[in-house]
Amino acid sequence: MTDSNHSQSSHTKTTSRRSFLDALFGVTLLGWLGAMIYPVFRFLVPPKRPDLNVSSLDAGLVASFKKNTSKIMRFGRKPVIIVRKKSGDFKALSATCTHLDCNVQFKQDTEQIWCACHNGLYDLEGRNISGPPPRPLTQFQVNLKDEKIFITKGEGV
Amino acid sequence: MSINDWLQERFDIEAVKSFAAKKQVPVFFGSVWYYLGGVSLFLFIIQVLTGILLALYYQPGAATSYESVKFIVSKVEFGWLMREIHSWSANLFVFTIFLHMFTVFFSKAYKKPRELTWLSGMMLLLLAMVFGFSGYLLPWNELAYFATKVGTDITGAVPFIGEFLSKLLRAGDDVSGATLTRFYSIHTAILPLVFIVFLGLHLTMIQVQGMHIPESMEKVPENKRKMMPFFPNFVLRDLIVWLIVLNIIALLAVFFPWELGLKADSLASAPAGIRPEWYFMFMFQTLKLLPAHILFIEGEVFGILLFGLGGAIWFLVPFLEKPKYSRLWTAFGVGILAYIITLTVWGYLV
Repeated sequence: MTDSNHSQSSHTKTTSRRSFLDALFGVTLLGWLGAMIYPVFRFLVPPKRPDLNVSSLDAGLVASFKKNTSKIMRFGRKPVIIVRKKSGDFKALSATCTHLDCNVQFKQDTEQIWCACHNGLYDLEGRNISGPPPRPLTQFQVNLKDEKIFITKGEGV
Repeated sequence: MSINDWLQERFDIEAVKSFAAKKQVPVFFGSVWYYLGGVSLFLFIIQVLTGILLALYYQPGAATSYESVKFIVSKVEFGWLMREIHSWSANLFVFTIFLHMFTVFFSKAYKKPRELTWLSGMMLLLLAMVFGFSGYLLPWNELAYFATKVGTDITGAVPFIGEFLSKLLRAGDDVSGATLTRFYSIHTAILPLVFIVFLGLHLTMIQVQGMHIPESMEKVPENKRKMMPFFPNFVLRDLIVWLIVLNIIALLAVFFPWELGLKADSLASAPAGIRPEWYFMFMFQTLKLLPAHILFIEGEVFGILLFGLGGAIWFLVPFLEKPKYSRLWTAFGVGILAYIITLTVWGYLV
């Protein structure tokens, strides 16, 4: 009687000791896995590059820009399309299509902005007028100073 | 003492032999479809071999990728051949896997007990497409650059984790040289490793469970079924088909070479006629046709959710199909196939 009682209590003792060790092992394993995976995961995420904080872009001489043509230039890291209309006026818009990120182009015959990837169409104010683009293109400000073209952030001419 | 006896003394080679010999291939009008898995495997082997060769000269990087591919195809002896075989065989690889998948789908070979074979096969198809997508960028030409911009931007539209995923794939906010090295690593190190794991699983399961018997043959008593031993009879036939395929690739490589095109330029407008590889065309064309907004969400997000849902259903067919609705599922498959073919053709015509 006493013997069986004794063995039973030792049995529960070992089970609880075992489950305690199992739990300890499990937690250690999880911690160890975490310590392995976390650095790898962080490594995969590319480090942030600081913004270039460009406030204006010198786009060259007015005279060198023919009417009814366009040019894509880099504003910080983002491409900007600068268009000189038939009338001689300038327009500057973000060159990244709001649909799926392709670079847009200037259609000379209709004076519109066109994206070849999925047939998206914008007018020269940047408004998305047909096709899949969900949003208008961001406008940039064009300033003419001393016969030179300067592009700055913000809307309007 | 024969080699066989020598080996038998060390391990049970007879058991291995009988394991290899036990598979039987049913002989019927659809037997021809049973070559597709083997052909896909053969094309994968070609990809590995030509890929290793190309890696000897290829230099990943925005300033070197395009130049090194140009060097391979114009200066290295038979470099053009290796690149052409790699590109053509990659296309045929995806094509045969698709064909293989659809024949398995329509013969209902995914049913119990072959659910895991189907799942591993679907994983292989998915991996083959990622192989294609990542490899497409490596020559760093204009077409690949914009296709990758679009492809990774689509990833960005996945709800919640999309933006993070897109950044992870691009190694930054935009497709750049950093994307290129990342894709190179994915294409040549990560994918082959993962692919081989699933391939091993797929092949082991087929070997353990044996070939699927078509429904028309299930009614015939087992001893009256027309069967052919897989080894060596079917394997020898397989080899002949592989030889034919290799010849087809050689002909395609010589007479229909892939162009290298212009070097990628992040300040160039996307050229007209930009398109992804043909096996993404039906999705590309769908995105092109969707309006900017559907209900309250953007068109592209809607498209992605639709394809995600469709893909998930397709993956889980063995678990979703109830015998009662077997015919309905076949009709569903026909619909999907028709959709893919129509949209693909449409994409190339417009």
